[in-house]
Amino acid sequence: MNKNLPLYEIFIRSKNGLHHKHVGSLHASDPQMAIMNARDVYTRRQEGISIWVIESKDITASNPEDSDAFYAPAEDKVYRHPTFYDLPDEVKHM
Amino acid sequence: MELSLEQKFQEKIDRDERIEPRDWMPDSYRKTLVRQISQHAHSELVGMLPEGNWISRAPSLRRKLGLMAKVQDEAGHGLYLYSAAETLGVERDTMFDQLHSGKAKYSSIFNYPTLTWADIGAIGWLVDGAAIMNQVPLCRCSYGPYARAMVRVCKEESFHQRQGFEIMLTLCQGTPEQKAMAQDALNRWWWPSLMMFGPNDAESPNTKQSMAWNIKRFSNDELRQRFVDMTVPQAELLGIKIPDPDLKLNEETGNYHFGAINWDEFWQVVKGHGPCNKDRLAARVKAHEEGAWVREAAMAYAEKQENRLNKAKTA
Amino acid sequence: MKNNDLFKYTLQLADDVMILGHRLSEWTGHGPVLEQDIALSNIALDLIGEARNLYQYAAKQEGNGKTEDDYPYKRDVLQWTNALIVEQKNGDFAQTIVRQFLFDCYHYYHLEALSKSTDEQMAFIGAKSVKEARYHLQYSAEWMVRLGDGTEESHARMQQAIEDKMHYFEELFIPTAAESRLVESGVAVDLAPIRVKAYAKLNEVIKESTLKLPEDIYTQQGGRNGVHTEHFGYILAELQYMQKSYPNMQW
Repeated sequence: MNKNLPLYEIFIRSKNGLHHKHVGSLHASDPQMAIMNARDVYTRRQEGISIWVIESKDITASNPEDSDAFYAPAEDKVYRHPTFYDLPDEVKHM
Repeated sequence: MELSLEQKFQEKIDRDERIEPRDWMPDSYRKTLVRQISQHAHSELVGMLPEGNWISRAPSLRRKLGLMAKVQDEAGHGLYLYSAAETLGVERDTMFDQLHSGKAKYSSIFNYPTLTWADIGAIGWLVDGAAIMNQVPLCRCSYGPYARAMVRVCKEESFHQRQGFEIMLTLCQGTPEQKAMAQDALNRWWWPSLMMFGPNDAESPNTKQSMAWNIKRFSNDELRQRFVDMTVPQAELLGIKIPDPDLKLNEETGNYHFGAINWDEFWQVVKGHGPCNKDRLAARVKAHEEGAWVREAAMAYAEKQENRLNKAKTA
Repeated sequence: MKNNDLFKYTLQLADDVMILGHRLSEWTGHGPVLEQDIALSNIALDLIGEARNLYQYAAKQEGNGKTEDDYPYKRDVLQWTNALIVEQKNGDFAQTIVRQFLFDCYHYYHLEALSKSTDEQMAFIGAKSVKEARYHLQYSAEWMVRLGDGTEESHARMQQAIEDKMHYFEELFIPTAAESRLVESGVAVDLAPIRVKAYAKLNEVIKESTLKLPEDIYTQQGGRNGVHTEHFGYILAELQYMQKSYPNMQW
């Protein structure tokens, strides 16, 4: 039997209105234990009001080697940003 | 000319960018980090023991809660650090094995005994003070997960040093007997605290590379000097004397000159000949071995539950 | 003038959580899994925090410049009125979990009722601590099931722990004379309905854990009258070490 407890990634929502944010990882035998552990480990100072856990091996991540192909093409799409468009000064808030 | 992976990596470092787990990194960078982060994690874990030794004897409810919360934080900090090391592809259990077999090191300071309540004050004041001095620059370390773990650690640790200083202050404002206890603790913890910053720069072959990689931001001697400069006035405020006849303020630089460190003692403790090395390791090994059946049971139960769930689905 | 019954009741509640918190804190740094080391310390902090609130209330009732520390640090064994279960040794993790779970079954429902006490301060302390106790009960119940229905070894250890600890369960539901008098005025919690709820929870979790309650349970009692087990003196030897070595000093 594998003696290591699986690794879980922990996400905490610090208050309503905000996203859950990755805070770190911990070990647990099942998701329920991971939630309990996350409460004990990552919310000792009122850091959160909601917890998500996911086993680390179940996360699919993009490959850093693709980063040029993935993210560079967005660089020259200046027309996606509001400052690309010229408006007369009289139009104050748009 | 096409830059090599290594050159690209170094350029990123030189632009003060962070390296993340899946980014390419030189093997030696990965190895250095694994060694440093796991040593750091082990130090947090072993560091629970000398202070934990006083939880059951803490002199008041307020002190008992404060000390327990602090020692518990150290468990948390160990956990954050093991997490950070795990992003480099080494499992926590492997790191435990290295600690338990004596292959991995941890901070030597924790191989000294806590004999009186004043030691709890001195550890908080000096040992945590030195640790914070080391850790604050690590919040800007080039490896993202390590830097993020350190941000968390530093934020939580700010109460530890204050707690220690408050204990010292109470003793120093108490009876002559209490003040003598505080002085004795300072005498015993001062030099080991200075040793916490590691060997002199000239004897520290890895420092240069670590600084080039932005893992380390300041050298051992720089940090040690800062610690002395910060701590001497605090000892004066407490009214106790730092056990160093050579300690003297250099008016020109504003730095304190301090006496020679007994490096022979340092290396002896690193090699395992400190007063508590054996006890500390034995306690960690015992906790881990006696926990084996708990971990096995938890895994067995999780498996059973999953099977039951799958069965229910197919039924 | 202090109400003797209320004063005794306050100390009795405080002593339970003080001693259990002290016992649990012995795990700090020695837990079977790093995550559980942290969890057990959290429970210990909750319990000693609750004890502190209760001792502060006792000090307020007694006056004469008494403080929260006078009770845990300056009373000898016969003056302590905690139930025997909380002073039992930690043993292995199974023994600790079973001791915790049994106490939580009592503690949670007890606090829930205490939060409705006619005594304002008691109600306040009850309402504050019941949230913590609810988590404790969830934590210990989950571990009861996990270890009871885990491996053969964990099951055997848990069954042994149940056999060892059940003798101390019933004492939690035996009211003292002072307590009974306070029930009438709605200050103290009536233990009879608490006992029903606690047993319902106990039976439910025992069943899910695939464990069995021992058939022949002889209830050990005496803690509420200061008659403790032999472990107790050693707890005090450590807890009161500083007070005994250096009486009446500030630390």
